[in-house]
Amino acid sequence: MASIVGYGAYVPRYRIKVEEIAKIWGKEAASISSGLYVFEKSVPGMDEDTATISVEAARRAVKSAGIDPKGIEAIYVGSESHPYAVKPTATIVAEAIEATPVLTAADYEFACKAGTAGLQNCIALVDSNMIQYGMAIGTDVSQAAPGDALEYTAAAGGAAFIVGKEGIATINDTVSFTTDTPDFWRREGSPYPGHGGRFTGEPAYFKHITNAAKMLMERCGTKPSDYDYAVFHQPNGKFPSRVAKMLGFEKEQIKDSLLCPWIGNTYSGSSMVGLAAVMDVAQPDQRIIVVSYGSGAGSDAFDITVTDKIEGIQRQGIREMLEDKEYVDYGTYMKLRGEFT
Amino acid sequence: MGVARYWREIPQRYNLIGTKCSVCGTIYFPPRAICPNCRRKSAGKMEDYKLKGTGTVESFTIIRVPPPEFEGKSPYAIALIKMDEGCHLTGQIVDCNLEDIHIGMKVEACFRRIQEDGKRGAIYYGYKFRKAKE
Amino acid sequence: MRDVAIIGIGMTEFGELWEKSFRELVAEAGVRAIMDAGIEGEEIDAMYIGGMSSGMFVGQEHVGPLAVEVAGLEDLHIPATRVEGACASGGIALHQGYISVASGMYDIVVVGGAEKMTDVAGGSATNILASASDREWEAFFGATFPGLYALMATYHMHKYGTTPEQLASVAVKNHYNGSTNPKAQFKRKITVEDVLKSPLVADPLHLLDCSPVSDGAAAAILAPVEVAKKYTDKLVRIKASAMACDTLSLHGRERFDALPAAIHAAKKAYEKAGVGPKDIDLAEVHDCFTIAEIIAIEDLGFVERGRGGPATEEGITSLHGEIPVNTSGGLKSKGHPVGATGIAQLNEIVLQLRGEAGERQVKDAQIGLTHNVGGSGGTAVVNIMEVI
Repeated sequence: MASIVGYGAYVPRYRIKVEEIAKIWGKEAASISSGLYVFEKSVPGMDEDTATISVEAARRAVKSAGIDPKGIEAIYVGSESHPYAVKPTATIVAEAIEATPVLTAADYEFACKAGTAGLQNCIALVDSNMIQYGMAIGTDVSQAAPGDALEYTAAAGGAAFIVGKEGIATINDTVSFTTDTPDFWRREGSPYPGHGGRFTGEPAYFKHITNAAKMLMERCGTKPSDYDYAVFHQPNGKFPSRVAKMLGFEKEQIKDSLLCPWIGNTYSGSSMVGLAAVMDVAQPDQRIIVVSYGSGAGSDAFDITVTDKIEGIQRQGIREMLEDKEYVDYGTYMKLRGEFT
Repeated sequence: MGVARYWREIPQRYNLIGTKCSVCGTIYFPPRAICPNCRRKSAGKMEDYKLKGTGTVESFTIIRVPPPEFEGKSPYAIALIKMDEGCHLTGQIVDCNLEDIHIGMKVEACFRRIQEDGKRGAIYYGYKFRKAKE
Repeated sequence: MRDVAIIGIGMTEFGELWEKSFRELVAEAGVRAIMDAGIEGEEIDAMYIGGMSSGMFVGQEHVGPLAVEVAGLEDLHIPATRVEGACASGGIALHQGYISVASGMYDIVVVGGAEKMTDVAGGSATNILASASDREWEAFFGATFPGLYALMATYHMHKYGTTPEQLASVAVKNHYNGSTNPKAQFKRKITVEDVLKSPLVADPLHLLDCSPVSDGAAAAILAPVEVAKKYTDKLVRIKASAMACDTLSLHGRERFDALPAAIHAAKKAYEKAGVGPKDIDLAEVHDCFTIAEIIAIEDLGFVERGRGGPATEEGITSLHGEIPVNTSGGLKSKGHPVGATGIAQLNEIVLQLRGEAGERQVKDAQIGLTHNVGGSGGTAVVNIMEVI
């Protein structure tokens, strides 16, 4: 199987606190925060979108990999908030990292697992010797209707992973569990998503992640305690802990990837930014399990072993990057989101 | 601005590709066909050159009455920036408090949305600047 | 090269002239100048009309024949053309007209300037004015025209300690002068406090630091001196006419605290005229923004580099100061129909040199100077006139 050769992540620096949003709608901030285990979420600047965030993450990934971008022969950007409905984000990224013109590119959509779907494709292309390097990006500037429960968590951010033959972490196996489950969606032309409320839990998030995780561990002959880190999709701060427990993982194993309480749910960025945070601290020979989740629905699971090459690269310092933040009030939040223009 | 006009300048707008006079070594951004120092000696001898993206603020202002394409986006800062390579350019400064911008501030280029052609037209991306990381 | 004189001047009032169309403005200014010169019209050999963008403001190019038609001169088939250099269009029209007479090519030449800026919405006017800057590398990123001058103001304040109050004093002086000019767009006097309280447009420039959007036209008739004597005894001669260009973009310039094009044009004009800054009795300079006047009086050598702010505050350029600047009210108070400005400046100097400026007359005005700039300094035209 292929390897991760480089990685990068970017989260816009603006934040809005749960209490700031709750205040507007006359809700109890404390109970929302404890219910969701989310305190604040990231907000994109007025001039930021899925393309700009993807470019930031991609540029950092290229720098970390230390490769000539012309060697990147496939770029996939997964998102549910591409700037265009028709015209790929992937080509904008390709041009911005100077990987053009010899490459294949496309955009992916599969709710929050669009990025990991692209990652699977890159693995296949590298494994089959069709390309030298492939880049998979998961980014979103998620939309939520004002006043909806999702408003507390819909956030912005993205991560990029470069896949090649040999690198800082070997991807041992990947497997997916996919069904047609309408738990969360957004209609063409509609600015905001719809969802099935509590239906997004058991029959959706939990069912797909647990099935994909179990399938992967069976194939790899592993059990939860074999992993040093577990990265699950983070729609809020609670679900990853619950699904970890359901599968037999410990809190210790998910803590390094758990960023949602402080940046919210970056949708297609969620598991990939979580994995990037783990790559920042992982040591050679440590093992990582990543299970993403995308509404609609499906989970991609990955079994990864860190190599000693990780000691040779510059870590991205994602948690440090997240410290550089600026809080905005609700009015500014709406202005930044472009709700007034 | 039509799409062809924007597309033509993507190497400059996305990646700060300027020109270097291979006769005297001066670096120019935006690109030039002829070097003002070398004149005809430089004809055909201008090479593509990618700027590092870092520079210093030479002057700045806060735009409070925006042009139509930037309605709803003001106030924003515009600066005259001296790039490390010696040439100057004009761009927005983002991701900091407007009051913190000062002459001498070190900045680095970032990739941002600049304009859109209304709700149905194309989106134009390009360079803006933010405070340089130490 | 022959000596060239101005035998007639004329201009419309400047302001938001809802009743007057672009071509009506052109006609009115032209007719006033012809009447002032005492010529019939058949004598005219050519016309040069300055205009920044009738194309974008009223969708009209090919202004030369339009002017010929409104002047009723089509049967003479005289040559006429628009000249453009953004806000220096009028000054360039004068320069081209001067060259055509001095060279002996033409005898009686009309130079004019006109702009109709209020037929488009305010936002469009801003966008059109931005075409005087570098569209690709300045305007595209959101730099407005006031923004570019604000960059110069910030730089000037940082380098020389110029203050917002000193900038404001330019507007105060020009409004004071404009209050006595029947053609001025704004005839009310203002204070420094009024300026500083007006909303910020592009820091540090407030609304009252900026010249307005205006409609208007101005014209003048040039003739070789020997011929001029036939028409008038109050002869005003053009001692020198110089034009210079620089980079279009502000960021491409060799310095940001001055306009090298203006410095160069002024130098050439002084040399040709055989005079220095001290010999100038009054000047009409391009105060599109207050900072522009401060930089102008430094570029023209009226005050030491960096001292433009304090000098204005001290009254050196006031109506009764050492070197009165913008006795007409300047662009700030008189108005700035872009293409007309260069010729309106000429109108004021001629009026003053003839001794016909009434309440705002400068005593013993012998030698006057006009300074007309395009964009953020891409073009500059300096003309020096004297009474003979």
